[in-house]
Amino acid sequence: MERATYDIVVVGGGGAGLRAAIAAAEADPSLTIALVSKVYPMRSHTVSAEGGTAAVLRDYDSFELHALDTIKGSDFLADQDAVEFFVQRCPEEIYQLEHWGCPWSRDPDGRVSQRAFGGMSVKRTVFAADKVGFHILHTLFQTSMKYPQIHRFDEYFVTTLLVDGNACAGVIALDLRGGQMIAIGAKATILATGGCGRVYEFTTNGFIKTGDGMALAYRAGVPLKDMEMVQFHPTCLPGTGILITEAARGEGGYLINKDGERYMQRYLPGKMELGPRDILSRSMIMEMKAGRAFKGLYGEYLGLDLRHLGEATIDKKLPMVRELTEKYMGLDPINEPIPVRPGQHYMMGGVSTNIRGETAVPGLYAVGETACVSINGANRLGSNSLSECLVFGTATGRAAVEFVKKKPAFPGAATIRDALKKEEARVFDGLFGRERGKETVAGVRVEMQQLMERDVGIFRETTALSDACTKLANLRERFSQVALTDKDRVFNTELTAVLELDFMLDVATAIAHSALQRKESRGAHSRTDFPDRDDANFLKHSLAFRTDGAPRIDYAPVTITKWQPVERKY
Amino acid sequence: MADRDVVFRVKRYRPEKDSKPSYQRYRIPYRDDMVVLDGLNYIKDTMDPTLTFRWSCRMGICGSCGANVNGQPKLTCGTYIRDVHRGVVTVDPLTNFPIIKDLVVDFDDFLNKLASVKPYIVREDWGDLTKEYVQYPEDIEAYKQQSMCINCMLCYAACPVVGANPHFVGPAAAALALRYIRDSRDEGADARLERLNTKSGVWECTFVGECSVVCPKDVDPAGALQTLKFLATMRHMKRLLMPKMASR
Repeated sequence: MERATYDIVVVGGGGAGLRAAIAAAEADPSLTIALVSKVYPMRSHTVSAEGGTAAVLRDYDSFELHALDTIKGSDFLADQDAVEFFVQRCPEEIYQLEHWGCPWSRDPDGRVSQRAFGGMSVKRTVFAADKVGFHILHTLFQTSMKYPQIHRFDEYFVTTLLVDGNACAGVIALDLRGGQMIAIGAKATILATGGCGRVYEFTTNGFIKTGDGMALAYRAGVPLKDMEMVQFHPTCLPGTGILITEAARGEGGYLINKDGERYMQRYLPGKMELGPRDILSRSMIMEMKAGRAFKGLYGEYLGLDLRHLGEATIDKKLPMVRELTEKYMGLDPINEPIPVRPGQHYMMGGVSTNIRGETAVPGLYAVGETACVSINGANRLGSNSLSECLVFGTATGRAAVEFVKKKPAFPGAATIRDALKKEEARVFDGLFGRERGKETVAGVRVEMQQLMERDVGIFRETTALSDACTKLANLRERFSQVALTDKDRVFNTELTAVLELDFMLDVATAIAHSALQRKESRGAHSRTDFPDRDDANFLKHSLAFRTDGAPRIDYAPVTITKWQPVERKY
Repeated sequence: MADRDVVFRVKRYRPEKDSKPSYQRYRIPYRDDMVVLDGLNYIKDTMDPTLTFRWSCRMGICGSCGANVNGQPKLTCGTYIRDVHRGVVTVDPLTNFPIIKDLVVDFDDFLNKLASVKPYIVREDWGDLTKEYVQYPEDIEAYKQQSMCINCMLCYAACPVVGANPHFVGPAAAALALRYIRDSRDEGADARLERLNTKSGVWECTFVGECSVVCPKDVDPAGALQTLKFLATMRHMKRLLMPKMASR
């Protein structure tokens, strides 16, 4: 039994968590900061982001335009005050990363380059070839080594939040290598664990994206906002779900059907391949239903055609696209179209916060994909999410510092000790003690993923959503029959898989119920039984609260500043 | 869809049970589009949940899933079973690292070495955040190759010097030191070269070159180490000849 105390504990070592930790360290160098991550930070899924990060840097662009594009892209569900706050702070974050060494691609005049992206009306997306997330993550991680007050807990899995009275007082984590639980007390706790793509079967997300931070906050009484808003990215490799960046279309790539036709002219002639992701993904499904898709080993797909871009452009601007396609599809995009189909990519929804990252629980913050401020509303524009990690990472880190300075005392030792004992009993005695039943962690996980894919996917309707809610409740029952084969304490990845599945079932349930209750179509949420947007009844955020039974769905107003909702036309 | 079988021979070590590592064999069905990581996941999900390994992105960028496959350090997510097996695929943990459990090894020592070379921009005057430091495309080319390192640690597993002298700073940390030295925005070259001109620094490298052979991202750490030897020598000569100018 171990215990440590810090001023701030950050859970998650990706873009948002590292940015928050560094912002806090710079705001007050006397504070101690724990950075807790279930993986070495440079493994975090930020590493897989490819295409770019948005900011207004040039005279042809304006904050007004970036805000409008974002709000329109969100189908008017974004909070406009948050969007205005966001767009104004993107440029300084881009320059901050640049000053820290991020190798942004440059124009011949030595300035940071910008490229076109879906739903952005001008070239606004900053990039480092097509390995943007990788470079942002490594720049932030390596820069974090400058700050001795940032103490890393690498490969510690947070299992629950410490709650003292009604405030968050840190976390309890499983030290994967040591095989023991440790309490990390803190005056402020920042959740930055990313998304939950692994609740779906076909996702661009890595294995570690299991919604941990969302479930941790949800269990502590914080609502999850707009969870029905799930982004499906149109261009993923069949079979694996590996992402092919939107930058491929930003640089001029075409989407074609089996007749070689640029089918987007049927759905979005004004924007073609540079439409927002929700519309592109739906259009792909329509092409499949119309029998105009290719058929392959892993089902139907469409073609992403880069041949006309030429080898030089592809190698300079899209080297990873070529690398991934050659390695995982065995074809060269210089000579052949790339097979693609839509896959789960991103959660617009998440832990409900304000622009300071604050949740409803004092001392508890959330940021990045884990959080929902919301600047993304019902559909995020590509290249806004990395900027979101940076802008709100900084804002949240600084807000946590202000909170810590006002809060007089550390959480009480007795509170921490009791909570730790309880959590040890739950995890070690509870999970290791289960009798071997017929359920396995992989079995329940696959059923959840297939059910989410089938019933809570791109197109949704009442019967399937109700069915999904019932089946998720059944899976929760069956989950209690999952026993562990591996009884070792040290680096027990079967145990962490069980803990992750426990989190994912909570998050999946919140998604399904939020989707069932939103009886309209808006952004990424497409109800075949309610095909129109319904501002009279649903221009509002959903809030899912955890209960002992089904989640309770409540609503909160959307903040409108100066852009009145109009029909979303491109 | 599976048409053939292959035997995975995986090194197991569970510190709470085993006094030393040993191999366990699993016969699994495979298709031509399966990578070694798919095989490990097949075993974990359907045959033996105790098998322990790290993975995440499955697209060769997170650097988690390195292992020795038939003796060669590889990213298991980028190594096709069809390309490596002759009936048997042998998977060992990356060599030259302490084993925590099965294929999971301890990289903490690398992270300390990385921190020792100051892997961040060092400069006196930071300016404000209203504009970028100008870099021309050719300035980026100067350090781009080294900046591609994903910290997968295949180079440490391949390096005989790392095996013989655990204090050696090693290929990836050296490459990242050069990445910052070559960055036109940085002023920390002197401190890094001083660190690298020590007993645990670049002179330990005997230019075997295996690090560059196994690197999945063409970072060429062997080349970086030779460049650093040259830069360290130049720095040393300058300090001998022009002691006053040396303390930039």
